[in-house]
Amino acid sequence: MNQIYFETKELCVGYHGTPLIRDICVSVNKGEILTLIGPNGSGKSTILKSITKQLRLLGGTAWIDRQILSELSVKDLAKKQAVVLTERLQTEMMCCWDVVATGRYPYTNQVGTLSDSDYKMIEESMKMVLAYDIRNKDFGEISDGQRQRIMLARAICQEPEIIILDEPTSFLDIRHKLELLDILRSMAKEKEITVIMSLHEIDLAQKISDKIMCVKGEYIEKIGTPEEIFQDRIIQELYDVEKGTYNMLFGSIELPKPEGESHVFVIAGDGSGVPVYRALQKAGISFSTGVIYTNDVDYQVAKVLANTVITESPFQEISEAAFEKAKKEMSACDYVIYTGTAIRKDNQSFHKLIEEAKEKKKLVTLEELRAKIF
Amino acid sequence: MEREKNQSTTENALKWEARKRHLRYQTVFMCLILAFFLLVVWNINTGSVDISVKKILEIIFRRSGDETQYAIIWKIRLPRIAMAAILGGALALSGLLLQTFFRNPIAGPFVLGISSGAKLMVALTMIYFLEHLGRVSSWVLILAAFAGSLLSMGIVLAVSQKIKQMSALLVAGIMIGYICSAITELMITFAQESDIVNLHGWSQGSFSGMSWENVKIAFVVVLVIAVCVFFLGKPMGAFQLGENYAQSMGINIKRFRLLLILCSSLLAACVTAFAGPISFVGIAVPFLMKKCLHTSKPLVVIPVTFLGGSVFCMFCDLLARTVFAPTELNISTVTSILGAPVVIYMLIVQKHSSTSNS
Repeated sequence: MNQIYFETKELCVGYHGTPLIRDICVSVNKGEILTLIGPNGSGKSTILKSITKQLRLLGGTAWIDRQILSELSVKDLAKKQAVVLTERLQTEMMCCWDVVATGRYPYTNQVGTLSDSDYKMIEESMKMVLAYDIRNKDFGEISDGQRQRIMLARAICQEPEIIILDEPTSFLDIRHKLELLDILRSMAKEKEITVIMSLHEIDLAQKISDKIMCVKGEYIEKIGTPEEIFQDRIIQELYDVEKGTYNMLFGSIELPKPEGESHVFVIAGDGSGVPVYRALQKAGISFSTGVIYTNDVDYQVAKVLANTVITESPFQEISEAAFEKAKKEMSACDYVIYTGTAIRKDNQSFHKLIEEAKEKKKLVTLEELRAKIF
Repeated sequence: MEREKNQSTTENALKWEARKRHLRYQTVFMCLILAFFLLVVWNINTGSVDISVKKILEIIFRRSGDETQYAIIWKIRLPRIAMAAILGGALALSGLLLQTFFRNPIAGPFVLGISSGAKLMVALTMIYFLEHLGRVSSWVLILAAFAGSLLSMGIVLAVSQKIKQMSALLVAGIMIGYICSAITELMITFAQESDIVNLHGWSQGSFSGMSWENVKIAFVVVLVIAVCVFFLGKPMGAFQLGENYAQSMGINIKRFRLLLILCSSLLAACVTAFAGPISFVGIAVPFLMKKCLHTSKPLVVIPVTFLGGSVFCMFCDLLARTVFAPTELNISTVTSILGAPVVIYMLIVQKHSSTSNS
């Protein structure tokens, strides 16, 4: 299992003899998924094109299955490596089955007649990507999600040991993205096929990959496991995210928080705050929130979107200090929203906060607030 | 149990689908064969001199009969039919190869100026040889045509390096065609009186005046290339997915493209050397055949396209000879009238499908 399948040393890639990225050193084990992430135009595709022999290597060495890539003929490579490219195919009177069947190319005879085992392999590949039902449809008339699955089936049909995919999830909606990556994941694990791909969705990259390569600038910034790479700061630097923040735990990006003094105080907890925070952020209304336990999901979003977050350590009764802080913050705000989070033994002081807001006629629902100032 | 049953039903469904497809291919093929023989008989039977069917059969199979009629059948009609069949197929095949190369159904030897390039070189060679030697061999003409077609192809390719747009490339091809045709006309105007009749007919495209010697040479050349093309069918199928995918399946792209160019140019050259430029067959026939077959699988499309080209050209030649008899039309006149509307229809269909794609 832990056998290195693909490896590069001091690889240098680029167009027309001009190096774009130098000194790429990476190794991927059999059945592992390596994902390239990085901003647009950083050279992810260039790297992928270079290891599929579409571009000449400008320096260094790459090994596939312990054979040197540049010494492998395209014919031999075709039995080891299959690709799914970004380019959109224009086909002429080819049904999905025909497209998948081209994957058998390296194994058929001089005129390309398909044997029974070839038929079986085509059928199996199509079933694997759940596209067997559309086999007779014209390739030009199916949806983007189906196209991508057919192209993956074509690649699987080539019986490769490694599959290279260039942004396989672009053009797909979220459901089809998940489906495709799920198929990839199970394919990598069950068939021990190594996968190298580029992805735009870093949240998905984090979940599917065994290894992540951050591509930016002339040298590869970082290579490592998702745990090593997906730290708020690294991702923020990689994509030059200055406005807004990347949240490692959620694997999601939050937009920048509204500026200025807090207008609204949100009493929240148990995740009930997240939609309210996002709604306020969207409307550009600055807000504070509390009292939030630091292990609460609300805390993750609150800390990047709220002006002030009044917190309490987990599993504690809300302390007097925190309560006072919240009260003070609340009185500075024009409105108070209570999300309706459950009030238990440990957060009894919420009652007092709500009572006070009611007294001062500050308590509103999100809808009421919308009507007033949105 | 259930699963096994499912397995066998999907297998049955697959087999049935495959059988349905094959039936379609076979039907198209049989229809074309039938049309082929029908046209052969019809072509032999029609002409300015009426010969009865009984006599024709006698002449062909017993090799006996009236001297003039014997000569008409064996020296004029039969070689002409054979040539229309061979060159028609070659022309359609050449178009198919160019369409594969440019990944565009509107490419063809005529619109890309390849036929005209061949025509120019053949005219040059003919005039030179006829003036200095009095005769010219078919091989020399084929070689000249091949050189001419490669020259045009080279210019088209150079342009295609600069301009990625297919429409611009086609315009460039058509312009090359006009230039070559203009120069050819110019040379014919100043050629010796005695050659003009001959040259003029040829430069407009015609299957008339073929000898068995011509037929033999054309047959050998076209047969050899057609066999080569058949073996190019496999990579052609992969190339339909585009250059990058094709390479990832193990095709040596440079070599494959070179072979495509050489084969299509040789086929177009061979046609032009014997029958002059013939328009629209190269585009219309492959398109019609793919439509009938409902597939673009080269292994099926290649033989059917060849046969379709033969049938199409034999039919057009029949019309050229008979519609305004005794005046004979140029073959290009007929192929244009029949072929151009097909191309226009194709453009409309193509436009429609590409908008639904995007």
